[in-house]
Amino acid sequence: MNFEFSDEQNLLRDQARGYLTDNCPPAVVRRVLEGDELYAEDLWKGIAEMGWTATVIPEEYGGLGLSYLELVVIAEELGRACAPVPFGSSVYLATEAILAAGSDAQKEEWLPKLAAGEAIGAFAYSEGGGQASAASLSTTVSGGKISGSKAVVADAEISQLMIVAAKADSGDGCSLYLVPVGDGVSCNHVNTLDPATNHADVTFDGAAAELLGAEGQGWGLLEKLLDRAAVLYAWEQLGGAESCLEMAKEYAMGRYAFGRPIASYQAIKHKLADMYVKNTLARSNAYYGAWALNTDSDDLALAAATARVGSTQAYYYASKENIQTHGGMGYTWEFDCQFYYRRSKVLAVAIGSESVWQDKLITASDQVAA
Amino acid sequence: MDFEDTAEETAFREEARAWLEANAPTEDELAGMDGMARAKFWQKRKADAGWACIRWPEEYGGRGATAIEQVILGQEESKVDTPDTGVFGIGQGMAAPTLMAYANDEDLKRFIPRLASGEDIWCQLFSEPAGGSDLAALRTKAERDGDDWIINGQKIWTSGAHYSDWGILVVRTDPNVPKHKGLTYFFLDMKSPGIEIKPIKQISGDANFNEVYFTDVRVPDSQRLGEIGQGWQVSLTTLMNERASIGGGGSGARFKTVKQLAETVELNGRPAIEDAGVRAKLADWYVQEAGLKHTISRTLSALSRGATPGPENSIGKLVGAKKSQDMASFAIDLLQQQGIVRDREQDEAFEALFQDTYMSVPGFRIAGGTDEIMANIIAERVLGLPQEPRMDKGIPFTEVPTGSGA
Repeated sequence: MNFEFSDEQNLLRDQARGYLTDNCPPAVVRRVLEGDELYAEDLWKGIAEMGWTATVIPEEYGGLGLSYLELVVIAEELGRACAPVPFGSSVYLATEAILAAGSDAQKEEWLPKLAAGEAIGAFAYSEGGGQASAASLSTTVSGGKISGSKAVVADAEISQLMIVAAKADSGDGCSLYLVPVGDGVSCNHVNTLDPATNHADVTFDGAAAELLGAEGQGWGLLEKLLDRAAVLYAWEQLGGAESCLEMAKEYAMGRYAFGRPIASYQAIKHKLADMYVKNTLARSNAYYGAWALNTDSDDLALAAATARVGSTQAYYYASKENIQTHGGMGYTWEFDCQFYYRRSKVLAVAIGSESVWQDKLITASDQVAA
Repeated sequence: MDFEDTAEETAFREEARAWLEANAPTEDELAGMDGMARAKFWQKRKADAGWACIRWPEEYGGRGATAIEQVILGQEESKVDTPDTGVFGIGQGMAAPTLMAYANDEDLKRFIPRLASGEDIWCQLFSEPAGGSDLAALRTKAERDGDDWIINGQKIWTSGAHYSDWGILVVRTDPNVPKHKGLTYFFLDMKSPGIEIKPIKQISGDANFNEVYFTDVRVPDSQRLGEIGQGWQVSLTTLMNERASIGGGGSGARFKTVKQLAETVELNGRPAIEDAGVRAKLADWYVQEAGLKHTISRTLSALSRGATPGPENSIGKLVGAKKSQDMASFAIDLLQQQGIVRDREQDEAFEALFQDTYMSVPGFRIAGGTDEIMANIIAERVLGLPQEPRMDKGIPFTEVPTGSGA
């Protein structure tokens, strides 16, 4: 039994944590949250130079050719730092889409740029409130031109290419398209719960769109991509949840009430123990998700949904109870607890909410002999 | 990252499997024996061949095996139909490690091989009516009389007292010092005059535990483990091993069985499994169940490379017992009025699993450390949070406040 990260992967974790401690302290998150920047461009360039955006891209396309076990280590550290960069959209989704379904020409054109962080990718499928489905799509492609609109697309405004789900006449009623951001693509910034992240409504008005993958089989491909991304998001969410536990613990040890640290009251101790339990279960499920992703296991759909639900719940609990542990100060703009409370919800709905993944989990469990 | 054995582990697994397959008792061999006799028969056969208590040193009947080899042997034995040897758990898992740490050579030679072979069964006499979670509040007293000690008082929640040959016992030898300093640890013959054992009937209807009354019971001083007044430290050795052996947690209702039920009963005119609320609850329990399973894999990985497992192991009982209770409760709800029927013969599909679980889990949530104590352990030993201030520190035991329950 060797259900652990290797020494090299643990070393990578230390390096990533050190880099983000130096280059993504809370002041950087706050700068983007409070200012006009759409994302921390300096940090993005830095992590691209570190090779993080190139992690799983094969060497022939300018990548490092490492495994998903390295990528999840980085994802956790980015979550821990609440990093205001488009890593999820570009690496977990757009890069994965091209790796999974891109033609040789598409790979040659985009993967080196994505690897170098010169291009940022966005992933657009939802068109409004409620759960997206192939049947409800109104975005269409005709003669290589895309028309329609997508709602609240993460990192659309800062992207150079988008992967877009649009209506197909045949198959499952959906195809995926690669849309370079240019003429016929317009973004309208939207204000969200987390101004340290970037979101926009996107309108396509006859922009050039290339088919990505087989025509009419886009929804099946999209579901597979979401399963893969779910594991990676789960690690980022876990990192955030761990940060919340550490913050809450540190504050509770130093804060005194009625003559003693609030960390000595069972009401607080049991709250933090609950955080630890949820985080530990989420971590173990995230391990299994990472293993399933890395080995392309038949268990991937179930493992991904399990990791995703566990991490979503752990991050929500830790981020809200971190504020609670801090008392009134936790609710102030001045304190950093808000970063995690905001981010936990943005990540929770990024690729389908908790209830969507709970449903997928049960569906996936039908296919796996338990 | 993988789930594979190392080469050494593969070799050990094959050796263990081969021996188990060749030596598992047949029904003919076990004919006419009750559960206890079957357990003793199988344990003796394992011990004679060096397959009992394999982590113990060879001189005590073990083979100096590693922790991961012990796990592998357990995994392989679970695949073969063999008698349940759970009655030896307390003796082998808790008494033996304490004896090995504190007993003299002569006693070790006398007792440890008989523990390994299942010839002797041991019980643990710790909890008292006035001392459960707060074990050191115990009051059973021992007074010196020449080379003996005279024991008077009462123990409670003693598993297997009625069939045990020996017991490990912690008692108060000095009530005039602070409570943790006045305790002393002994082992004693359960057939000693003055011991009276009464089974406790539980809400499940079973009687797994006993009250044990001591009236002028004589124990020789030679059966003391550790120094006079050192009983608390000796107890901690035992309790550390209790958590290690109970750590798995959570039997009874599981995801697979409750999902199976949800596929067969209806809710709002269609199979309950199609209901979003049912799916969400089941998914949450799956997350917990899978999380515990993969946590165990992480623990085994640490054992496999010879490291001590991390504190993540302490969550098993805390999560498992509550989950099992909630799942049983939910399964009964799914059955509606039919769910309250508790009759193994009438319930062909599940043999009253949900009802039995519902009635047994309240005990799991208390035994071996209540949910609240487990949460304190996580908070204090894993997260390093401070203890609550206490009213019983630095004052003689006789001056510690007590309530009406004492």
